[in-house]
Amino acid sequence: MTAAIHEHETPYQPVFVGDRRKELDALFPLYPTKMACILPALWMVQEDRGWVSDAAMAEVAQVLELTAAYVKGVVTFYTMYNQHPVGKYLIQVCTTTPCNICGAEDVVSAFMEHTGCTDLGITSADGRFTIIEVECLGACGFATPVMINEDVVESVTAARVPAILAGLK
Amino acid sequence: MATTAEPTTAVAQPKMVNLTIEGRPVSVPEGMSLLEAGKRAGVLIPHYCYHPGLSIAGNCRMCLVEVEKAAKLAPSCATAVAEGQVVHVYTEKALEARKGVLEMLLINHPLDCPICDKSGECELQDFTYQEGPAKSRLRDPKRFSPIEDFGGDVLYTTSRCILCTRCVRFMDEIAQDTVLNVSARGDRAVIGKYEGKELTHAWAGNVIDVCPVGALLSKDSLNKARSWELDHAPSICPGCSQGCNISIDTRDNTVIRLRPRPNDDVNKYFMCDIGRLDYRWINRQDRIEVPLVRRGESLAASDWDVAIPAAAALLDGKRVFVAASPNLSNETLHLLAKLVASAGGSGAYTVRIGPEAPLPGVKDLSLRADRAANGAGAEILGFKRTASPLDGLAKGDVLVVADADLSTATVDQLALPGAILVIGTTLPENLRTASVVLPIANYAEEEGTFTNLRGRVQRFSQAKAAPGMARPSWWVVGDVLAALGKGEAYYLASEVFSAMAGEVSAFSGMNYDGLGMRGMVVNGGAS
Amino acid sequence: MGYPQPSHERETPVLSKYFGDRDATSLDGWRKRGGYEGLRKALSMTPAEIVDIVKASGLRGRGGAGFPTGIKWSFMKPGDGKPHYLCCNADESEPGTFKDREIMRWTPHALVEGCALGAYAIGAETAYVYIRGEFTEPLARMRQAVREAYDAGILGTNSMGTGKRIDVIIHKGAGAYICGEETAMMNSIEGRRGNPRIKPPFPAVSGVFAQPTTINNVETLAAVPHILVQGADWYKAMSLSSPKSTGSKLFSVCGNIARPGNYEVTLGFPFKDFLYDLCGGPLPGRTLKAVVPGGISVPIQTMEEAEASKMDYEGFIEQGSMLGSGGVIVFDDQQNMVKQIARAARFFAHESCGQCTQCREGTAWTTRIMERIRDGEGTHEDLDTLFSIADNMTATTICVLSDSCAVPVMSGIRKFRSEFEALIKKPKFHPVTAAVA
Repeated sequence: MTAAIHEHETPYQPVFVGDRRKELDALFPLYPTKMACILPALWMVQEDRGWVSDAAMAEVAQVLELTAAYVKGVVTFYTMYNQHPVGKYLIQVCTTTPCNICGAEDVVSAFMEHTGCTDLGITSADGRFTIIEVECLGACGFATPVMINEDVVESVTAARVPAILAGLK
Repeated sequence: MATTAEPTTAVAQPKMVNLTIEGRPVSVPEGMSLLEAGKRAGVLIPHYCYHPGLSIAGNCRMCLVEVEKAAKLAPSCATAVAEGQVVHVYTEKALEARKGVLEMLLINHPLDCPICDKSGECELQDFTYQEGPAKSRLRDPKRFSPIEDFGGDVLYTTSRCILCTRCVRFMDEIAQDTVLNVSARGDRAVIGKYEGKELTHAWAGNVIDVCPVGALLSKDSLNKARSWELDHAPSICPGCSQGCNISIDTRDNTVIRLRPRPNDDVNKYFMCDIGRLDYRWINRQDRIEVPLVRRGESLAASDWDVAIPAAAALLDGKRVFVAASPNLSNETLHLLAKLVASAGGSGAYTVRIGPEAPLPGVKDLSLRADRAANGAGAEILGFKRTASPLDGLAKGDVLVVADADLSTATVDQLALPGAILVIGTTLPENLRTASVVLPIANYAEEEGTFTNLRGRVQRFSQAKAAPGMARPSWWVVGDVLAALGKGEAYYLASEVFSAMAGEVSAFSGMNYDGLGMRGMVVNGGAS
Repeated sequence: MGYPQPSHERETPVLSKYFGDRDATSLDGWRKRGGYEGLRKALSMTPAEIVDIVKASGLRGRGGAGFPTGIKWSFMKPGDGKPHYLCCNADESEPGTFKDREIMRWTPHALVEGCALGAYAIGAETAYVYIRGEFTEPLARMRQAVREAYDAGILGTNSMGTGKRIDVIIHKGAGAYICGEETAMMNSIEGRRGNPRIKPPFPAVSGVFAQPTTINNVETLAAVPHILVQGADWYKAMSLSSPKSTGSKLFSVCGNIARPGNYEVTLGFPFKDFLYDLCGGPLPGRTLKAVVPGGISVPIQTMEEAEASKMDYEGFIEQGSMLGSGGVIVFDDQQNMVKQIARAARFFAHESCGQCTQCREGTAWTTRIMERIRDGEGTHEDLDTLFSIADNMTATTICVLSDSCAVPVMSGIRKFRSEFEALIKKPKFHPVTAAVA
């Protein structure tokens, strides 16, 4: 379907080569252990690949002198690391209590309706959108905050959803 | 009681702390946990995540106890003793809290004890019976997770798991091969691994023993027995020269599984998978069950009254060569050594060699290259270690094959001796030319002692009955010596041991009963 | 400053003075506004002198626990030969709280300065700033500010020319509420799962990388330079309930309120005035029903309790709740409390690290029961069970996440029992009966 999904089948290309490798090496002096670089390293993987595959976990394990199982334990703890390929736009709608009372569930429905996503976490057929509910984004005064990839859109209402989606190329 | 005291080392005596647990005063070294102090006071504080061989996780919250003057209940595994502390284990508050933990552990547990291998030796069962809730208040569907094969000998029954992380900590800290992890979080958390990386570490099977519930099971012993049908005999693993303490678990005279038995000085709480899974030979059915005496072309079934004199007649006045198995007990080897001494000649043993596999988290614990239990004992008792088992056999000797593996011996070699006496558990094809065959018990069928590579002498006890007329090996050799007029007959292993201690300086001062649970090191021993 | 609302005359803007002022985010802009004077002053003093000033100011931790900052710092023993670490807790994830986000967004240098100052005061050369991964904009601003500070010689091997080494390192989280718990944060920085640790050992003895560590909240650290510049007495005086609660505090207000946003008031401010005057009261045509004054982990207040509260550490306790992180969540008459408490429980079930039995199982079980009641399938026994589970979850685990889940449930049932009972008494849908009808 999407390029990201096909990554499953093609041979794994390492992330930590060239500039990325230098970037990672530059982090090592900042911490007393290599293990401490696991979160930053996983972020680099996700920035490059959009998600953290099992093969990527093994690579991170190798560059940080850990085991793949250890890395997997860490990856699965933190919800921001995508363990599956996601759409071009990952739309994360906060639905925790403060946003919930301000109509966050309607915002979720509006995104579902206007993107053609059939269910939460299921990427739309065109591969463009994946919508998930997230727990508190820490912007409760700007209900409902919606995180679209790296950007937080504040004060989203159901009515604003079509315009927001139209702004996504 | 030990006849010789353990050597007192020059370590400074730790400061002792006095406290009261459940009304019992106890004095323990500073820094000890309440849970361990409780054991000293004779109070077993219920617990799951705590294991004396692993780091403290403090996550199961089962060991909560009430400490006077403390605001909150204390996790006894993670709370150090303090002078004058008064600890209550069975107050209403503590019992209620632990009952709450048990309720939480059980809500999503399948409660499938009738089909669970752990049933009967399950700590979840035991403590629930002791102080758990009688009834579930769960009105919602239970969480379900499928069973997973973790590779090696290990099966993971996810829905029985209580996430105590003992297995993860074992692999991480002791095996130092982080194959297991906790995956996901909250109530979705499970023990996980990386696809394709299995529990193949040589010591990975210990995760089954450290699991307090029925989550990690041995595939090898799966569904073979209910735990209460098993008899347990304390023994020593004969798989290598380490001498790990084990329990031989049998059902109806059949060995079902081997499990480690704690010994701080040898194997802590662990044993390797090679030793653990190598037990089928103990149950083998092709054993010699009666003494055999040659009648012309064939070996005829006989009786001990006939066979022992026949063996003596064979040996009388001849030089002997004893090919001894390094898995024979000190007792048997001692008597064989006496036979060699009285008849002139020599004795040798050959040790099979395999790859070493250390357990990095425990000092001086490894699957040793020497794959025999008592090479050290054979050495002390005067047997020569040889690369090939018949090295030193001279023409015309009486060859005494004491359960040694002669499968590599050539026809020419076996044609050298004047006669062959087999004292063994089985009669291999190439030894059918023997004149007399005396059936003996294997190590699981008799008792005795082994000496490990550090010179530690440890007892093993009988786990099952020997087949047919087979007798303990030291008994048989003793009888032969007696028939030769060169010794006396023995009816107890302890008698042989006493005699050995009287005659062999390495064992002097030792006493069979005094070896206790930890064994003792031979005089001039290495550890 | 009531960002994003215009400032209100009854506010006392210290930390929030430049919220919304884009020019304050740069180093030059910050210097123009008096920035880095506190650090300069501090570096000319001994760490012990700084600790004494902070002690005298009465500053208490703004992350939720309210532990006196100066005393916390005094646990660190300089010169013990070990590396010391400062961790700045910028993992602001307590639902209802968004003050640290704005501090980092608008005044990143205030935090860089606070971190450098704090590090120096506890004998540390390294400060890790743990910022939650969702805070992409604050992260960018903070990274920019740190870069500027290094370039200007404020950070690095020769901090402000004093020869002292101070490094500030931004560490990006990856989505875990529990990493806001100090020991979980240390594990996360070390590259582990964010599981809270058993205490003792306390962080000051064995913290991040097993070295002496102090963890402070963003707002706490950002306040310290002001105290250094203006003095402990100034800070202490700036309170209506001195000496127990001193200084100004940011409150984040969200939910069903006319003017949501951050407001900075002196501690001891009347909560009633705060809600109706500063925040503008309920939305048109509605009335307020309940308030959570300090983030979702603190007990829910009825309006009666809320209106009688003084906004300080003791005042909220007197009225059945806690100051917590200062995240005020306002519920009006349109909200169903059962639904919202169920949602809060789901939050905790999602965020539980899963170590401790009571929390792993209890948060999930509580959620299932709450959602069943919400959906009209509850029974009266369920309420008893919820109480009993909540009781099991309180004061029995490594950290307080499980207690936090129990809190809204218990206070919710106690204070809004009628809403639960209305749902329980509702005729149950039965597929067979429905089909026959």
